[in-house]
Formats: sequence, structure tokens, C-alpha cells
Amino acid sequence: MNGFFELFHSEWFAPLIEVGSSYAAEIDGLIALVLVVVGFWFLAAQYMFFRFILKYRARPGRRADYISGKEKHLKRWITIPHLCVLAFDVLIVVVSFRVWIDIKMTLPENPDGVIRVIGQQWAWTFQHPGDDGELDTLDDIFTVDELHVQNDQLYHFILESTDVLHSFSVPVWRIKQDAIPGRSITGWFRPTKTGEFDVQCAEICGFGHGVMAARVWVEDADAHASWIAANTPLAAAPSSSPAPGVQ
Amino acid sequence: MRPIATTRAATGTATGKLAVWWVLASEVVIFGGLLASYVMFRLGHPEWADAAAVTNTYIGAFNTWVLLTSSLTAVLAHQAAERGDGKRAARWLYCTILGAATFIGVKTYEWWYEISHGYTITSNGFWAFYYSAAGLHAFHVIAGAVIMAFVARDAARGRELHRVELIGIYWHFVDIVWIFLFPLLYIAK
Amino acid sequence: MSELAVDLTHGDAHHDDHADHGPQGWLKYLWSTDHKVIAMQYMFTGMFMALIGGFMAYVFRMQLAFPGIEVPGYFGSVSPGEYNALVTNHGTIMIFWVAMPVLLAAFGNYLIPLMVGADDMVFPKINRLSFQVFFVSTIVILASLVVEGGGFAGAWTAYPPLSADSTYNLTPLGSTLWLIGVGLEFVAFLLGGINFITTLMNSRAPGMRAFDVPIVVWMIVVASILFMLSVGPLLAGAIMLLFDQTLGTGFFNPATGGDPILWQHLFWFFGHPEVYVVLLPAMGVVIEIITTFARKKLFAYRTVIFTIVATGVLSFFVWAHHQFVAGIDPRMANIFTVTTLLISVPIAELCFIYIATLYRGSITLSTPMLWGLAFVAEFLIGGVTGIFLGAAGADIYFHDTYFVLAHFHYTFFPIAIIGTFAAFTYWFPKMFGKMMSERLGKWHFWFTIIPFNVIFIPLFVLGMGGQHRRIYNYQHFPELAGDGFQSMRIIATVALLVMLAAQFIFFYNCFRSWRAGAKASKNPWKANSLEWTTESPPPHGNWRPDRMPVVYRGPYEYSVPGREKDYWPQNEPK
Ligand code: HEA
Ligand code: HEA
Ligand code: CUA
Ligand SMILES: [Cu+2]
Repeated sequence: MNGFFELFHSEWFAPLIEVGSSYAAEIDGLIALVLVVVGFWFLAAQYMFFRFILKYRARPGRRADYISGKEKHLKRWITIPHLCVLAFDVLIVVVSFRVWIDIKMTLPENPDGVIRVIGQQWAWTFQHPGDDGELDTLDDIFTVDELHVQNDQLYHFILESTDVLHSFSVPVWRIKQDAIPGRSITGWFRPTKTGEFDVQCAEICGFGHGVMAARVWVEDADAHASWIAANTPLAAAPSSSPAPGVQ
Repeated sequence: MRPIATTRAATGTATGKLAVWWVLASEVVIFGGLLASYVMFRLGHPEWADAAAVTNTYIGAFNTWVLLTSSLTAVLAHQAAERGDGKRAARWLYCTILGAATFIGVKTYEWWYEISHGYTITSNGFWAFYYSAAGLHAFHVIAGAVIMAFVARDAARGRELHRVELIGIYWHFVDIVWIFLFPLLYIAK
Repeated sequence: MSELAVDLTHGDAHHDDHADHGPQGWLKYLWSTDHKVIAMQYMFTGMFMALIGGFMAYVFRMQLAFPGIEVPGYFGSVSPGEYNALVTNHGTIMIFWVAMPVLLAAFGNYLIPLMVGADDMVFPKINRLSFQVFFVSTIVILASLVVEGGGFAGAWTAYPPLSADSTYNLTPLGSTLWLIGVGLEFVAFLLGGINFITTLMNSRAPGMRAFDVPIVVWMIVVASILFMLSVGPLLAGAIMLLFDQTLGTGFFNPATGGDPILWQHLFWFFGHPEVYVVLLPAMGVVIEIITTFARKKLFAYRTVIFTIVATGVLSFFVWAHHQFVAGIDPRMANIFTVTTLLISVPIAELCFIYIATLYRGSITLSTPMLWGLAFVAEFLIGGVTGIFLGAAGADIYFHDTYFVLAHFHYTFFPIAIIGTFAAFTYWFPKMFGKMMSERLGKWHFWFTIIPFNVIFIPLFVLGMGGQHRRIYNYQHFPELAGDGFQSMRIIATVALLVMLAAQFIFFYNCFRSWRAGAKASKNPWKANSLEWTTESPPPHGNWRPDRMPVVYRGPYEYSVPGREKDYWPQNEPK
């Protein structure tokens, strides 16, 4: 069964946007599947449509046929495609379920890190767990419009908002989730590509919605560790501990 | 002169009656949306029961009785109109309007009392729904009574007697909405 | 005023001649209860609003292509707040003040009585009231753009808490007026809808059975029913939102105990059926045109009715596909994926029926036919891209990107612009008694259709590249700021300029035909339905009272074997 779904992993639109998380290829695969299925029907329909227009142009002396649509041998041409569309819908539904359940309905356990993402008019605040890997401790690192994560680690994120709706969207990760004031919503991601990427706010949130841009840095282990070390708040650094990076 | 269109009845039901039913259909979803929202909230906020406890069930019950009675007089008006007795129909309609006035009067007192005790529309979610839903309903009561006055005036002169039934149908609807509001706002504590 | 109104209804009594009675001049126009006059009022208001909506698109597309420039014809450059207000009101106006009034109200008013063989709507005064309410709503929405603080800028979906609290949206007056305007518009269409439905039900000409009614009438009436049954909860929601805005209640504002998601449910419970409300009339218009110009009987009339009823019913169960990532219970998303994909089945069937109707026809590519065919070709693109969005897994990525935007412009533009032009050019001879210029019509067609595709195909690509909606300047996003993407934005904007310029051809054509066009006969297209059996334009009362039409057959009897003429009007006994 899994093998069947492996078919639908693809990176077909990597030229437009990179594949930066563990599930990005799954989503792209689903999109590719829909493209193929729907594309086929679309082209078939357009082909018949234009063929008829070209072929049955009015010519002197030829009259249109009188067809009511009740003729069995003709009605077939509607009913069979119609049933096929239904069948293909089922295929799309099954694959879509699979993707959706993977991404939004399961929360892989034992994350390597938990971050908190807070939307507010019109900036993102990111709360990183710091050296101890725990949120809400003294060594948490707060940044504005700047998220740092380590490559190939499983992260949970806790999404909150302090005022209106925002939506946390990182296109390269194919991640998107609305932030709702008064609630916290948990999700996950696992980045698979190092680099610097855009974070957009995908839900209109007022005057500054268009500038609610942030960046995410996906770093390999060393770079990430040194970023943490360099940014750990002084208050949290145990006075006895040596300078960052020495340890 | 009416257009010929108005005099036709391809379905066999008078056009006016059809129209009233469609009006009601659109009203049902308006109140339906409001009440469904309220019920969802209420289920999610058990603490609203405290606010609901403040409402006066007796006053609510009295108003229910008033509305039910006024529905009865609307039926009597319809019967009179069926017999072609416009004067009598008008009289029963005036009784119905009296019911509406009583209802609104009682409601005014009730709201005045509640508001003066600090329970306003912004107090909490329950009160917001309480005033909005009952207010929307009261608005329908008033509108219905005003239209009814016009219908009654015509009926008294023996004109447009079929409208007596139409306004009656509308009135029953207003009544039924209250039958939903009363338990939801007053009884569920 | 009421004096005057009463007077007029007497003046509206049936005439034996075609002269106009009652007050003259604009007063007559303002207070007329004639369905044709009301139709024109709706149409010209809609046309005017289309120009405003189009102008807004021009302004914000200029800003997107050339960030920061002073847009010619606009007061300087576009600030972020203005950008949001322009987008919001562009969407609102195009849907509620263009698509609805033109397709539903104008053509519904014009066609229903004529096509069912009645002399007017069953409630002419309610009809007039409907337009008057609509007119007030138009003034309110236009006023909302210029009040202090600026127009409402929280998107046409008006999600709270942004829309509920002026400390968030910074447009205290604008958002309240916007909401009132939209609410009034809904009331206007409820009033209109009652007329449409009851007129079809009760006032059909003698002999006209349910399945003899032209499809476009069915479509408009089913659309009115859909509207009526879906708008209620949103009207209730609008009252709640209004209280949140003005009184400070807490229905939708979590800060005061409310639930913002509730609004989304109320909005989309209406919002999705609404897209079919505008789709169906356009679909119906196209059926009339295709059958006429292919000289073909409609393929499977009854199946068409079943598909629209199925679409209508299903459309009430798909709304949450707009909220997949909005924080609803994720299990719900799967259910709504199923229903959303299911709805492709009746619509696909309907599209196949259009194609089948062309089969072995005798097709003339007149201007209306070009518009009608273009509708089908373009709508298919919009339709199939909906499937990408309906698959919840894919929508995680696509939600609120330009892919969605391009999807719905490929549905809305065919409906509101292509469908409208199709209907307008097809019934122009009936409405104004003159033929339009075919040559100008075709120029207008090509200069609208080609730019349309050039505008929106790049937007699909941008959406796939991760560009989100409602952002006034993409230079803030390094991934989107590149030259490749920017040049696509510029292409789209330039194409829009071409398209807007092409509309002058249309207006010139209208004006010239109206002044100097060839006189239209009763039935210039040799079509079957009843509106073609009366004068062009039809007199007050549509037919002489003693010559109201009687119906003997359905409207699509073209090319019936054994008959000399290749059409067979519904009212001809033999
Ligand atoms: C009239 C307008 C209109 C119409 C007709 C449609 C039709 C459809 N729409 Fe669209 N839609 C909008 C207007 C419209 N939509 C708008 C305005 C929005 C955005 C609102 C906003 O956020 O501002 C939107 C957004 C939108 C979303 C939410 C996206 C998001 O915000 O994340 C979704 C998701 O499911 C969706 C799906 C569909 C589907 C499945 C159809 C279907 O009805 C399409 C069915 C038609 C076909 C499928 C084509 C014919 C079939 C074939 C050729 C056969 C082959 C097909 C298969 C094998 C399946 N639409
Ligand atoms: C019916 C609906 C409709 C129509 C026709 C259009 C038409 C157009 N739309 Fe719009 N649009 C929306 C509905 C529509 N739109 C909605 C709902 C939104 C979302 C709003 C939101 O996010 O809140 C949106 C948003 C939207 C955006 C997104 C902005 C953003 O998110 O940042 C963009 C960007 O390019 C855009 C562009 C255009 C363009 C270039 C056209 C052009 O096609 C316009 C060209 C117009 C004309 C050429 C007018 C011609 C008409 C006549 C001359 C009248 C004829 C009349 C008669 C014969 C009676 N639209
Ligand atoms: Cu935050 Cu948009
Ligand atoms: Cu939808």
C-alpha cells in the first residue's frame, strides 16, 4: 500500500519553488496527480469542444441533426465520462486524505525542538527553546521576524496570535496554518534543506499585512548551535559556563 | 390594474400565498443561523447559564401566552374573511395587533428592568444573543403589526380580503419563532 | 411620493397602444414598475459599478507591477491601507454589484416575464422596491469608500476580529458602511428573488409546462432559491458583526469571549452557494445562445435540470473547503474534500452537455456565440483548477495564494464579464430594437479574451511559486522579488490595460448601434423562445392583452426533421 503512495511523491514544480521539508514532496505529488487526472479530462473536453466547433460550421444546404439526448447510443457519451469523473474523484480523494492525515492530523512524537510562533499586527515573534531544548525557560530566545531552525530535525510549532487572524506560511515547506487569537494550534515540520527562506503572513490582518514578512534560517547542526549560543540571553547563561561555543 | 401575470395560478395556489411561504423560507434561515450560532455557543459555554438564570421566566411565559392568543385571533380573522365578513375580520385583526402591542409593552418593561440592573448587550455572550435574537424577533412583531394595520383597514372596507390569510400565516411564523426563543433564552438555565 | 406611486400604477394599466402614459421623463423612469425598465436600471447600475471595479483593478495592478509609482488617474501612489481597501472593494463590488445585479437581477427581470409569456412580474411594486433598496445600497457602498479613515480594508470575506474592531482595522466608518451596504444589497435580492420564483411558478403562459421553460429561466430561479436559502445565516451574522463593530458586543471577537471561526462558517455557508448563484444564470444564458446559433436542440434537457438541482443541493455542503487551514477540526477537512470533489460531477456533466449540444450542429460564429463558446472554454480552466483546491492536502499549499485567485477569476470573469457580454449582445436587439455591429463586436471580443488569458495565466504561475494574496508590494519578500516574477506581474498589468482600452470599442459599439444601428426585427436570430415573438423592444405589457402567447412546445425545437423552417417558435400551433 505504501508503495502505491510513493508514486505520488514528486518535485515537479521545484523550478518554481524549492522543496524544503519532509512533506513538501508529498503535497507536490498530490498536486501532480490532480494535474494529470484533471488535465487529461480538461484536454479531452477542450479537444471535443473545438473539434465540434470547427467541424460543424454552418454550410449552405446542410441542416443540424435533431438530437434530443434521449438516444441511448448518444447519451452514453455523457454518462460514461461522467462516471469516469466520479471514479477519478475517488482517486484524488484517497491520495488527498493520505496527505492531509499525514500533515494535519498526525503529530509525530518526540520532537527535536518546539518553537512558539506568535503573530501580531504586523510582525512575527518566534520563541526558540534555546540550549536546553525546552520552551518557557529562562534561556528561550525571542526574535522578531527571524526564525532559526536546524536542518533535518523534527519540530513542533505552537501557533498563537495576540490580536487578529494571521496565517503562518512558509512556501518552501508547504506549510500553512492560520493563527487565531485566544487559541494555540500545534503543528509540525521537518526542514530538509538549509538556506534562508521567506515566511509570509497569508491571512489579511490589516494595514501592515503586506509587510508582515519574516525569514527562516535553516542551518546545519554546527551553525545552529553557534546561533543559539550567540543569542542566548545573558540572564539565562549560567555564570560559571564558559564562553559560547567552548563548552 | 394588476398585471395579467398576477392573476395566473399555474400551480393552483394563489401567488400571494406562494410568496408568503418563500418569505418565510428566507426568514427561517435567518433565525436558523442566529439560533444555531447561539446553541453552538451555549454548548461551549456552560457558564452562560448563570446569566440565563437572571431572565424572568414568568414574564417570558406570559408573553408566550399573549402571542399564542394573538395567533388565535389571527385565525378567527381568517375565518371571518373566508366568509366574506371584512368588518369582523378587521376587528379580529385589531385584537391581534393589541396582542402585539402587549407583547412589545411587556418586552419593553422587561428590557428596561434588565438594562437598569446592568445586564446590557455587552455584558457577555448570553446577553448579546438575548438582546439580538429577541430584538430581531421584536422587530418582526412590530413590522407584522404595522402591515396588519393596513390589511385590517382594507378588510374593513371589504377589500383585499385574501390578504387576511397571508398576514395570518406570517403571524403564525412570528409566533413559532418565539416558541423557539422562549425555551432557549428563558427556560434553559 | 406615495401619491405619485399610486398614480403610476394606474398609469401602468394595460394599453391598447404602445404610447407611454403616466409621468414623463426621469420621474417615469424612477418610479416605473415595468420589469423591463427595472432590468435596465439594474443593468446600467451594474455596468457603472463594473467600471469602478475595473478601475480599482487597474489601480492596484499598477501598484503591483510598478510598486510605488503614482498611478495615473489615481490620487498619487497606493498606500498599503489603500491597497487593501481597493482589493476588498474590488471583490465586493464585482460580486455583489456587478455579477449579481447584471446576471441575476437585470437579465432575470428582463427575461423571466418575457420568456414565460407574462406581461410583468407578479409583484411589480416589490420589484421596484427591490431596485430602490439596491440603489441605496450602491450609494452606501460608494460612500464607504470616501469617508474618514478610508474604505473597508479587511477583504471581501471580512473575517473578524479584524473587521469587528476598529482598533484593528483602522477604518471605523468604512467597515460599518461596507457591512450595511452589503446587508442592504442582500435584502434587495431577497425581494427580487421572491418575484422571480413566484413568477415562474405561477405565471407561465397557458400550455407551458415545467419542462417547456427555457433553461436560463430555470437557472435564474434556482439561483434565486439558492441565494434565499443560504443568505439567511449570513444576514444574521451581519447583524452580529454590526453589533460587534458599533456596540462592542463579543460575538466574533475572542477578546470579549467570541469566536472568529463562527463568522467564517456563516460567511462560507453563504459564500459557496453564492458562487453558483452567479454561475447558474451565466450557464443558462450560454445554453440559449449555443442552441440558437448551432440550430440544435439542447442535449438532454431534463438532465440539465437534474444537474443544476444536484449542484444546488451539494453546494450547501462544501463551504468549509475555504477553511481547511483556518483552524477547524482537521477531520472536517476530509469530509469537505469528498463533497467538494463530488460537486465536480454534476458540473462536469453540464459542461459535457454543452459540448454534446454542438455535435452535428450548424454553427454560426456570431458575436454572442463567440462569447458563449468562450465562456465554456474559459470556465473549464476555472473549474478544473478548483479541484486542486478541493483536495485538502494540496490546499495546504495553495490556500490564499494567487493560484486561488487565478482559479476564481477564471470562473468569475467568464461569468460576470464574458457571460454578461454574451447575454448583452444576444438580447441587445430585443432590448434596444437595434442590431449591433458584428465587426466591432468581434474586435471587442478578441481584445477582451486574449488579454484576459494573458492577465491570469501568469497569476497561476505566481501562485504556484508561493505568492500570497492581498500584499501590496512583493519587494519585501526576497523569494518573490526576482525579475522573473516581477516581469509576470508586469505582463498581467499591461494586458489589463489593453483589456480596459478594448472596452471603449464596446461602449462605442453600443452607442453607435443605439443611435444608428439597423432596425432589429422581432426575431433576428430566428430563435424559439417567447421573447422573440413580440416587438423589439417589447411594448409595455410585452404583448397586447388579448394576444398573450400560448405555448405548444419546449424552446429548443431547432432543425426538426420534416419542417421547412429550421426553428419552431414555442407559440406556433403548427
Ligand atoms: C463563480 C465562481 C466559482 C466557481 C464556479 C467555483 C467552482 C469551484 N471552486 Fe472555487 N472559489 C471561488 C469561486 C468559484 N469557485 C472564489 C471566489 C474563491 C475564493 C474566495 C476567497 O477566498 O476570496 C474560491 C475558492 C475555492 C476554494 C478555496 C481555496 C482556498 O482559499 O484555499 C476551493 C477549495 O476547494 C474551491 C473549489 C472549487 C470547486 C471544486 C469548484 C467546482 O464547482 C468546479 C467544478 C468544475 C469542474 C471540475 C470543471 C468541469 C469538469 C471537467 C472538465 C471534468 C474533469 C474533472 C475531474 C476529473 C474532477 N474554490
Ligand atoms: C466577478 C468578480 C470579479 C471580476 C470580474 C474581477 C475582475 C478582475 N480582477 Fe478581481 N477579484 C475578485 C473578483 C473579481 N475580479 C475578488 C472576489 C477578489 C478578492 C478580493 C479580496 O481578496 O478580498 C479579487 C481580487 C483581485 C486581485 C487580487 C489582489 C490581491 O489579492 O492583492 C487581483 C490582482 O490582480 C484582481 C485582478 C482583477 C482584474 C485584472 C480583473 C479584470 O478582469 C477587470 C476588468 C474589468 C473590466 C474589463 C470591466 C468590463 C465590464 C464592462 C465594461 C461592463 C459591461 C457591462 C454590461 C454589458 C452590463 N482581482
Ligand atoms: Cu498578519 Cu497578515
Ligand atoms: Cu467554495
